[in-house]
Amino acid sequence: MSGPETGLAAPDAGSAASPVPPAPRGDRLVSRVARVRELGIVAALGLLFGFTGVVNPAFLSFDSLRDILLNSSIVAMLAVGQTLVVVTRNVDLSVSSVVGLSAFGGALIMADNPGVPVPLVIAGCVLLGALCGAINGLLVGVAGVPALVATLGTLYTFRGIDYAWAGGRQVNAADMPGGFLSLGSASVLGLPLLALVALAVVLVVGWMLRNLPAGRELYAIGSSPEAAVLAGIRVRRRIIAAFVANGALAGLAGVMWAARFGTVDATVATGKELDVIAAVVVGGVAIFGGSGTVYGAALGAVLLASITSALAVLRVDALAQTAISGALIIAAIVLDRLLALRVAAALRRRRYRDAT
Amino acid sequence: MTTRTPWRRMALVAGLALMATACGGTTKSDVAQQTSAPAAAPASSAAADPNAPIKQGLKIAFLPKQVNNPYFTTANTQGIAAAEEFGGQGKEVGPSEASASSQVSYINTLIQQKQDAIVISANDPNAVVPALKQARAAGIKVVSYDSDTAPEGRDVFVNQASAEDLGRTQVQLLAEQIGHKGKIAILSATPNATNQNTWIDFMKDELGKPEYKDMELVKVAYGNDEDQKSFTETQGLLRSYPDLAGIISPTTVGIAAAARYLSDSPYKGKVKLTGLGTPNQLRQFVKDGTIEGFELWNPGDLGYLAGYAAAALASGQITGAEGEKFKAGKLGEYTVGADGEVLLGKPTVFTKDNIDDFDF
Repeated sequence: MSGPETGLAAPDAGSAASPVPPAPRGDRLVSRVARVRELGIVAALGLLFGFTGVVNPAFLSFDSLRDILLNSSIVAMLAVGQTLVVVTRNVDLSVSSVVGLSAFGGALIMADNPGVPVPLVIAGCVLLGALCGAINGLLVGVAGVPALVATLGTLYTFRGIDYAWAGGRQVNAADMPGGFLSLGSASVLGLPLLALVALAVVLVVGWMLRNLPAGRELYAIGSSPEAAVLAGIRVRRRIIAAFVANGALAGLAGVMWAARFGTVDATVATGKELDVIAAVVVGGVAIFGGSGTVYGAALGAVLLASITSALAVLRVDALAQTAISGALIIAAIVLDRLLALRVAAALRRRRYRDAT
Repeated sequence: MTTRTPWRRMALVAGLALMATACGGTTKSDVAQQTSAPAAAPASSAAADPNAPIKQGLKIAFLPKQVNNPYFTTANTQGIAAAEEFGGQGKEVGPSEASASSQVSYINTLIQQKQDAIVISANDPNAVVPALKQARAAGIKVVSYDSDTAPEGRDVFVNQASAEDLGRTQVQLLAEQIGHKGKIAILSATPNATNQNTWIDFMKDELGKPEYKDMELVKVAYGNDEDQKSFTETQGLLRSYPDLAGIISPTTVGIAAAARYLSDSPYKGKVKLTGLGTPNQLRQFVKDGTIEGFELWNPGDLGYLAGYAAAALASGQITGAEGEKFKAGKLGEYTVGADGEVLLGKPTVFTKDNIDDFDF
């Protein structure tokens, strides 16, 4: 979505566009809106909210929207991290285990040492996540193990460490300081704190990917690893950095998890990695690297959370929910692709018209 | 350059992710499977001698569904304590993951170690039976607890609470809290969790009685024993039924998630919540008024009783036939029921008055 007028020589992240010739001002605005890569997913969200809201207006109430934001915050944070890895044509399956390790570790330290400062615990969890990410990054970037295999291995390793550490213990809401638990439920200006943290993560990482040379290089690596090497990009270092950043975000998501749910044992977040990857893919990030934005990935997370909430509100039969939820995800992707194709065709026609 | 390999790999991940996003987890083993199939009479080779003393130095192994599970940790700690009481040795071994076949190799090892008794909570009622039959052929007594095996796999099943008691008492508990009036919902684990469905059937049966004529069960929701899904389903219930009076959640994950949601929502204390949970997990919510009372059997007592049942079998006090009696330390005397079942007793109700007496 980089506009031609910004003057940046950066490769385009979202749409596969060639330079657009100057167009009349109104036209340009329309085409810029139409070319926002995330349009499809916004449309899918609109349809979902419209339909559910008509059947049960309570779904559109402020409390309900707030709940949906809260429900999607953690997955959105993880989806942002995952995007960093996926655009480099890698994947990190171990995120759920990093979340589990961080959530349990943080909770246990608070339960065993009453009075330990909460910011210190949060920082420790982020560091722990970054360390896990560094292990993934070294395996993939330096040892050259395919990301799918390396992170599948660490998925089990990290979870195993978690099990061994936990030794069957469960940390409950009553064991954690109230100030920490309120991080998971507090509101600032009516918006849940957790959602604001997620939003900040999305905006900061989004800006960095779009504007910093390092961010652009991640896309270059994903587009063509060989070309990236020839272009002098330090591929290894960038890939490790992407994994470390993703790990740190997973660590942050882990403490948030503990604050939000209040009951933590060694099995926290088991299986969540697939939700995260689904959010990334639904959000229009190419799974084979090189394109996509964190905004899309975060919207993907919101869409997935909204689908689950909508099905709960619509009183859909529980046995059918899983299948319907899967079908809705596929429908959202198809809608997204159709819109993208139509927009591309319309833009081509306009360019042709402008040229003649 | 070639994109073939990455393409395939990535497409696989994408496909997997899409298919599995909405996939539910399995029922956590906290709440047990209650499949007591009609039994063949237990094969008792020797007659029972109720007055036989408990043998000294009995080696008893506890094999839970998975280690690292607080519920089983509590149960087995008490079981091991029971073994020490009667002069034996107890130990806990088991898989870190509750899958159907994971317990077989542990059983084989225990046979080689010549244990006197195995106390097992089966991940799968049938998968462990061949291995347990070998153990019994080798003279090892088998007690199932928490989750039964097929009857030919064990001598005695120590049942934590009957499905009927659990189903009915949860309805009674909620009815008291809401004054026998209003719409209620159930937040269960997965739609195909056998134990949950059995309890829910008894709840519906109980609700059919005349004293509950003003109560209406409007929905059974399923949180899949996942924190997030249980949260979302609780939100969904409150949105769909704004006049909901109470929720029963017969699963530890579900009740904790529902309590956490209610505790910072405007519904706190207005929508009553009860079900099955552990005191440690729900202490906070009982104290802050989100939950008035909930219930559960005492897993420590369950492990303790199973330990004594194993010792009684290994010492020849009982063989697993109906009507035999044995003493279980501080818990008193128990009688073996039909199909070799020993019932722990009615569930305990936890309220703010007694919750601090329990630590599990």
